[in-house]
Amino acid sequence: MEAIKVQDIAVNDLPWRIEYDASRCTRCGSCVAGCTFHAIEFGVRRQSMTVSKENTPMPEHTQVAVTVVKQSSDLKNACRGCGMCERVCPNDAIRPVRNPDSRKTLLSRDNGPIKRGGRTNLNAQRTLDKIIVGRISQMTDPSLDAARHTFDIRAPFGRVLSAKELPFTLSGGQLKMKKRVPPVKWIYPLIFSDMSIGALSTRAWEAIALATAYLNEKCGLPVMMSSGEGGMPVKLLESKYLKYFIIQIASGHFGWNRIIKAMPHMVTDPGGVLIKIGQGAKPGDGGLLPAEKVAEHVQAIRGVPKATLSSPPNHQGLYSIEESVQKMHLSLNAAFGFRVPVAIKCAASSTSVAVYNNLLRDPYKICGGFFLDGIQGGTGAANEVSLDHTGHPVVSKIRDCYLAAVKQGLQGQIPLFGGGGIGMTGNAAADAFKMICLGANGVFVGKILIQLLGCVGNENGRCNACNTGKCPTGICTQDPRLVKRLDVDRGAQKIVDYVLTFDQEMRKLMAPIGNSSLPVGRSDALVSTDKAIADKLGIQYVC
Amino acid sequence: MCRIGAVKSKVPIHPSKALHLMLPQQEGHDNSGFAMVMQDLFGIFSGYKDKPLLSLACTQQGAHLVEDYMDSHNFVQLAEWIPVPDKKPNLDIKAMPYYIFRNYDYPEHVDTKEAREELLLDTRLALRKILDDSGEGYVYSFWPDVLTLKEIGDPRDIATYFRLWDDNGCLVARNIIAQCRQNTNYDIVRYAAHPFFLQGYTLCANGENTFFTKNKEFQKSLHRGYIGYESDSQNFLYTLHYVLHELKWPINYYKHVITPLPFEELETREDKDVLLAIRQSLANLEINGPNTIIAGLPDGRMMTCCDSKKLRPVVLGGDDETVAISSEVCGLNEILPNRDTTKDIYPNEREVVMIGNDLEVTRWKQ
Ligand code: SF4
Ligand code: SF4
Repeated sequence: MEAIKVQDIAVNDLPWRIEYDASRCTRCGSCVAGCTFHAIEFGVRRQSMTVSKENTPMPEHTQVAVTVVKQSSDLKNACRGCGMCERVCPNDAIRPVRNPDSRKTLLSRDNGPIKRGGRTNLNAQRTLDKIIVGRISQMTDPSLDAARHTFDIRAPFGRVLSAKELPFTLSGGQLKMKKRVPPVKWIYPLIFSDMSIGALSTRAWEAIALATAYLNEKCGLPVMMSSGEGGMPVKLLESKYLKYFIIQIASGHFGWNRIIKAMPHMVTDPGGVLIKIGQGAKPGDGGLLPAEKVAEHVQAIRGVPKATLSSPPNHQGLYSIEESVQKMHLSLNAAFGFRVPVAIKCAASSTSVAVYNNLLRDPYKICGGFFLDGIQGGTGAANEVSLDHTGHPVVSKIRDCYLAAVKQGLQGQIPLFGGGGIGMTGNAAADAFKMICLGANGVFVGKILIQLLGCVGNENGRCNACNTGKCPTGICTQDPRLVKRLDVDRGAQKIVDYVLTFDQEMRKLMAPIGNSSLPVGRSDALVSTDKAIADKLGIQYVC
Repeated sequence: MCRIGAVKSKVPIHPSKALHLMLPQQEGHDNSGFAMVMQDLFGIFSGYKDKPLLSLACTQQGAHLVEDYMDSHNFVQLAEWIPVPDKKPNLDIKAMPYYIFRNYDYPEHVDTKEAREELLLDTRLALRKILDDSGEGYVYSFWPDVLTLKEIGDPRDIATYFRLWDDNGCLVARNIIAQCRQNTNYDIVRYAAHPFFLQGYTLCANGENTFFTKNKEFQKSLHRGYIGYESDSQNFLYTLHYVLHELKWPINYYKHVITPLPFEELETREDKDVLLAIRQSLANLEINGPNTIIAGLPDGRMMTCCDSKKLRPVVLGGDDETVAISSEVCGLNEILPNRDTTKDIYPNEREVVMIGNDLEVTRWKQ
């Protein structure tokens, strides 16, 4: 009897198992060729068969060697459940099946912490689904007509002054603006969040950029897209479309060399600047771009050699919020002549209110937005321990920040944007609307955009291979053969269509509560079926 | 739904005029109370037009508490009118034991206009607190030449109780703003009945304020006088006061604050920088439900305007002597049957209509 070596990894240790039907398989090889992870390969299997070789039936039992598709039991090549094999198989002969008895998490720590992409798979709870828009206008306070009324679905982006601080003078019964005030743009309350070229393939990034420009130019929806850390193509920097982009500066300052060089050639200001202090998916960790993904064009845009690019966890030289305000905000404001809102993005944390308070009280009044990124945010690459075990849900934190501002009468002065898990179930409008009623001015989304492009990853451990350079959908890889899998135009169209429906759904949510402007902070419009959530958020408990 | 009304006249009028304006509209206001603010008083208050007049409803104990407070704060009583009620049986009124209307002289050291305005407000707030804490009464206004009466019950019976049908010349004014319904959204308390009053500004509203929570959360930290919130219409008064009294902006900006123009329209305006800044900074004072507002300003002018979708009615009409504003035209027909109805004004959703002290009517679009 063969000795069993229990230390060896077997396919039944892996999170996904391949269900393969040799009798349907025609050995075309499509699945093996299509699997980017080398999780399947051709092998030979001995098979008992009853065959008849004569003209008349002469059944004979025999053993034959047949080629079959076999699953690799190597941890490195473990099946990710991406389903590309199933998609490509013309005979429905193969598909991945989740293995509830997987031991992969336990067994794959031989070479240090597990790395992956995606979002938390452990804290994917859905607070927003326990909240309902429960205050419906009826009778004396009529619902509006979602198709007929004008709806102002816009969010301020920039530092808003209190009415008493507005530099008005009175002349001939009219108020006049005496001097400039901080720039405020009214943008669409859905921001395409910062995913860099590098984390994404250039084509995927382009698809989102294309959708952004289309939504602005053709649909009249001023949707902003954040570049992500790592800069932007010079052509775009020097184009008129730059106004739809929020340029990000993160702790690695990647890409800024090029941005600064492009400044004299810019024909328009960027839509904004976003200082990334932290990220919800991996708070306290800097950006991480594995060497596999640092292709030539990424090296060019970022001005770096081919190597793993780790951004430091902090902006070097920033020791306090006050200092951050002085150094980064002032210099970035100054860079664009104080014409461009400069906002800040932090990972949600139990300390977020303190940070927000500091920003609200800053005497320079130059912080143009506070982006709070919750634990359910996605990322291209992170340690799994960070993804699953660090961070803070965004819903209650947005509420806490809003209420902290209310307490001081400063609500609305630094617009709040919440992200991290928005649209996780596909219903971004409902999520956004509830966040807005709780006090957010708008939301930002990332993962859902690449899901619209075709990403098959999810919070149940499917795929999440964004760090490997082998993204099976061509979104998160720089491998030109894989990138070809992505149809840029169709992807962009998918995003545009989604946002147009998002807009309709926002109206469908505003109309029944009788509002034609965004109900920012209108918590009375919400009720919760969960007592603890209701109590925490200060909304009505219903059952 | 509420019905609201106001009468402005060159000759002083009795409260019965306001009642006649309101009663034909009773199908819409359910007759559950009566409240009015009279301004520019004549009759028994003629001699004290520049002296603050305190309007309160209280128990005997409440009256003592108020007297003690006023004495200890150097207010000298000049005149007093305590209506002797007609206590007919079966009147539908939840009357308080005493209704006191009393003129005071200002304490000696307070002589500037600003200091007086602040003192009067602080005094009213202090009295309100004393009466609230003890549960002994309600104070509605403390202001020169302004009288407020509010009561729960059938407006006809309330009028009988206070002998308002007598038209005996004792209680008359050039401006009356009135309303005949108690709050049905929230608790039935006297403070919840419109019109509301603050430092010379009077306001009543017909509608729902769907941004009540937003308005309230913001106003709470704007001014010490913005209190109560027993009704979701108080917000409109506080915003009016904030825009005119605190920010000192011209009246035409009030409409821009409560019903800002849509962004699309703002973009086309020459003054878009100012209007956008206002919309941004005062986003929390926007109202976003069905509403009509009638307001009285400290100088005696009256105005009316609606929500941005014109979900509530209002009409204004009059003759050379009297102009009235009413939720429904049947009210106008009752008190001004001979007016030229072709000159009636039905303001649109972007309009503000103002009645000057000479009864000249001006209207403008926001
Ligand atoms: S599901 Fe994906 S990773 Fe697994 S075998 Fe199929 S193609 Fe390969
Ligand atoms: S499909 Fe690509 S982007 Fe999506 S989870 Fe897999 S590797 Fe990541």
